[in-house]
Formats: sequence, structure tokens, C-alpha cells
Amino acid sequence: MASRLMALWDWFDARMPSVGEEFRKHMSEYYAPKNFNFWYYFGVLSMLVLAVQIVSGIFLTMNYKPDAALAFGSVEYIMRDVPGGWLIRYIHSTGGSAFFLVVYLHMFRAMLYGSYKEPRELVWIFGVLLYLALMAEAFLGYLLPWGQMSYWGAQVIVNLFATVPFIGPDLALWIRGDYVVSDATLNRFFALHVIALPLVLLGLVVAHILALHDVGSNNPDGVEIKKNKDANGRPVDGIPFHPYYTVKDTVGVVVFLAVFCIVMFFLPEMGGYFLEYNNFIPADPLKTPEHIAPLWYFTPYYSILRAVPPLFNSQFPGVAAMGIATLILFLLPWLDRSPVKSIRYRGAYYKSALAIFVVAFMVLGYLGVKSTTVWGQFGFDAFFLDTKDRATWAARVCTVLYFAFFILMPWYTAKDKVKPVPDRVTM
Amino acid sequence: MRKLLAALLFAPATLLAAGGQALDPAPIEPRDLVSLQAGARTFVNYCMNCHGAQYMRYNRLTDIGLTEAQIIDNLMFSADKVGETMKVAMSTKDGKAWFGVPPPDLSVIARSRGADWLYTYLRTFYRDEKSAHGWNNKVFPSVAMPHVLWKLQAEQSTVQYDTTARDLVNFLVYVGEPSGQSRKSIGIVVLFVLVVLFVFAYAMKKAFWKDVR
Repeated sequence: MASRLMALWDWFDARMPSVGEEFRKHMSEYYAPKNFNFWYYFGVLSMLVLAVQIVSGIFLTMNYKPDAALAFGSVEYIMRDVPGGWLIRYIHSTGGSAFFLVVYLHMFRAMLYGSYKEPRELVWIFGVLLYLALMAEAFLGYLLPWGQMSYWGAQVIVNLFATVPFIGPDLALWIRGDYVVSDATLNRFFALHVIALPLVLLGLVVAHILALHDVGSNNPDGVEIKKNKDANGRPVDGIPFHPYYTVKDTVGVVVFLAVFCIVMFFLPEMGGYFLEYNNFIPADPLKTPEHIAPLWYFTPYYSILRAVPPLFNSQFPGVAAMGIATLILFLLPWLDRSPVKSIRYRGAYYKSALAIFVVAFMVLGYLGVKSTTVWGQFGFDAFFLDTKDRATWAARVCTVLYFAFFILMPWYTAKDKVKPVPDRVTM
Repeated sequence: MRKLLAALLFAPATLLAAGGQALDPAPIEPRDLVSLQAGARTFVNYCMNCHGAQYMRYNRLTDIGLTEAQIIDNLMFSADKVGETMKVAMSTKDGKAWFGVPPPDLSVIARSRGADWLYTYLRTFYRDEKSAHGWNNKVFPSVAMPHVLWKLQAEQSTVQYDTTARDLVNFLVYVGEPSGQSRKSIGIVVLFVLVVLFVFAYAMKKAFWKDVR
């Protein structure tokens, strides 16, 4: 049997050798540093979740109806009458949140170990593009269940585009295809969600990985393993990705799936954070909900939007701040002037800056799901207080800290006292 | 549009319009078939005069321990076939004319409102001469719905009426997600499989990595 399979492979290989070549190049002869730690699971987990979302999404489209009159009912039809439909739907809804969770951890890993630094700038740029495409994908998909939160969330976000000077209103109209979010909007969001953005995501994943494999992976020490090669030209501190990391990642995948399944089978709504309660009310264009909040993964940016005060009666400054907050990520490789990559050898400045950044990001995320009165009001009056809400001021402070992390980075990374980096990786 | 955006972003949102009334925890038990069946009886006899559960099929009620014959004989008043959904006979237009708003469909009401809200709502109706139908509610001020269960509440003791409300909420939670119970039991099996898989995956990783230093 085994020899027959080998013979079949030889037959195949003789006719299409590029399959074997690519496998060797990207798997069995791709040398990855041997000292990957916990943080290095989230790249493969992001790819896993993408695959899960595509497969579960295909099955959802078999019964979902992108029609304003039928969409809400078709989701309930999937939940009740389609055999296993509830499972597919929960896989997809839990997968949406899981995607952002693993991507945020993956991005944080890059910031911990300086993975965006030279020569991996392109890997980082493709990664930020993936993140932006993922945000678009999530926003488009969230309209499809056609509940109150779907509808009014889309209404608010499309209206953000309307604040752009001069072209804003026409731009919003062009996106919606109507004067309000309607059947036309739902139908086009469906098309973009199931075809356009998945294609973009897949293309970017390929670019992200090709760019990575051309320069090689970074590692928790930030040491370039290609600088130390043996007589055969293989990095001394590298091990073949297959089988070493395929078996190691299998363990990580099983642990991740266990966490995923605990949420999916026992807490699919996750207390209203993965599936919002108001989204079980069908969309009603005539009834604005009292509290509109985006899903948890957008809330840091939503907080920035709310924190920036309007200028000349226009919300555009807040919208611009929100946009810049995501786009500034592209500049990270050039803002960081540190001679070392990994946080292990960086000084107190970068360590404190990163810690403050993480806290600010999380506080912004928390405030984004709460009303602006959640922390009460200041008891005093001052001329600069256009609002007395403590939470608004906390969000303003955190917004400044968020931007300061990037804007001051060239200064504090250059001044930082770094430690000597070893020649070889440490286990 | 700009005004709407400003209102949505900066209005101090009043969270959970419960009228300031604290919610009582609903003592529901999703595996108590007797309670679910009692809830189903209350639902079709009282609620379904005005509210439907248009995504729920009658024959799905075999989940709560009923046979199709029992469903047809006891629970189906406005449908012909047991495979039909639990639609309401009253038209949306009539509902709007009579109550000001059409009574909402209750298929997923337990998922939007929550069991505790429903349980408190059903038990906090009070007489209010100022309202059109003479009733008001503590968690839903100026509610359009009169106290449909008032006769039951008058006939029953407080404990009995609380049980009636409990059973009805229990049933609505079931209707909100009929696969809720099988979801949990399948979940336990899946997690067990993953634990076994973990043992093998971890052993394989150890075996492959023993020569990496």
C-alpha cells in the first residue's frame, strides 16, 4: 500500500514538480526559529479562523436570504428548521469575534518582538491591510442578520462617511444605494461580504505569507537566524516548519478549538458581546434604539470617535481621528528607531510606552460599549468643559495616549537604553 | 442626517429602559418538561390571541415531551397542519388599529428581553386609570398591552401566579432557541473529544521535539 502511494506520488511529481517544490519551500525546508513561544500561535490561528469563516459562511448562504423582508426570518429559519443550522450560525458568529481576538493578539506579538522592523516592513503592511479588510468584512457581515443593531449600526457607520467635507453626502448615498439603509444596501453588503472581501482577504494572506517566507520569521529574541548558518547553508537556530511547527501548532489549534467550543456551545451570546440582545429585534427604520454600540472589536475606535469634540458643528474631526488611528499603524516600522527588535532587550521607555498603550486601548474599548455617563459627571464647572461626563474625559485622555504612543515613538525609541542582543536565540 | 448622527453619538443613552424597576431573577428550568408544557398551554390560550411565534413550528413542540396528536388536540387553535408555524390569526393592521402598535412576534422575545425582564414584566401590572385600557406596568411604562392574565392572577394565589409566569417564561426561553438543550449536550461531547485529541497532539509534539535544544 505504502509503496503504491509512493509510486502514485512519483507519477504525479514527474508531471507537476512545482507542488513538491512549493511544499519544501514553504513547509519542510522553511527554517523557522526554534524558540517560538505562546505568542506565535496566533498567526496560524488567524488562518484557521479565516478557513472556518469561509466554510461556515458558504453553508449559511445556502439558506440565508439577502432581502430586507426575508433576511431576519431566514436567520431564524437557519436556527430552527435547517438541520445543524444553529451550529453553523453559531460557528460563524463566534468565529467573527474569535477572528478579531486572535488578530489583536497576533498584532500585539509583532509589537512585543518588533516583528514589523526591517526587513519585515512589507509583512507588516500586508498585515495592516488584512486588518483593515477584516474590519470592512465584519462591518458588512453585521448588517446581514437585519436586526435593530445591524440596521442602526450600519446607519451610524455609513453616516460617518457623510461627514467628509464636500463629497460626504454623495459618498454615503453611493455606499448605501439609497437615502437610508435599505434593501439595496443589504443586497450589496451581502455581495461584498460573501465574495469581494473574502477574495481580498485570501489574496492578502498569500502576500503576507510570501513576504514572510522571503525574509524569514522573527522570534522572541529578535535575532536574525539567517546570520548563523551551518555548512549546508541552514540556519543553526532554525528548524524545518514541517514537521516541528505543524505538530506544535496542532496542540495550539486543539486548545484554541476547546476555548472556541466552550463559548460556542455554552455562551454563544457571550453576555450580549458576541450576539447583541437588540439584534433579536427585527430592523425597524422608524424606531431608533436608545443605545447603539458597535460590537466589542470596534469599540476602541468608536470611543476615539466619540471623544473628539465636534468642530464648526461637524463630526468630521472625530471621524478623521478614528481613521488616522487605524492608518497610523502603517507607519510603525519607520516610527520605531530602536536598534533592537525584541522587548527583551529594549529599555524602560519602550516597555512603559507599550504598557500605557495597551491600557489606553483597553479603556477605550471598555468605554466604547458604555454610555458616556457610565462614570458619572464632574461636580465643578470650567470653561473648557463642553461636557462634564467623566467617561468622555477619560476617553479623551486615552485617545491622546493612543496617538502619543505613535507620534512620540521616534523620540523615545531613540533615547531608550537598550541591552546587548545575544548572537544566538535563547530557549 | 448630520443631526441624527450627532444624536446617536452624543446623547446620554439611557441604558435598559426598565423604568427603574429592579428585575426579579426568573427561576426557569429548561429541562422541566411539565413546566414547559404548562407554559405552552398558557401561551396558546392567552398570548396567541394577539402575538404569534411565526418562526416556531407546532410539530417542533415534540421537543418538550408532547406527541403530535397531543399538539393537534390541545395547542392548535388557528392552524390546520401540525407542520405550520405558530402564526397569529389577528392581522398586523388590526393590531395597530386596536393597540396603537402591532403586538410583536414572540419567537425570539426571550433573546432580546431576557428571561428576568419577562418574568418581572408579567408580574408587575397594576391598575392605572389614566391609560386607555386601565393597566400599566412597572418595567414597561405606558405599555400598549392590557393585563391579559389579570383573571388568572385574581384567581390564583401569589405563589401560583408566580409559577404560571415562570412556566410561561420557561416556554418563551425554549421558543427563543429550541436547539438550546441539544446545543449544550453536543458541546459536552465535542469538548470531551477535544480533550482526548489534546492528549495525543501533546504526546506527538513531545516526541517530535525531544531532540530540539
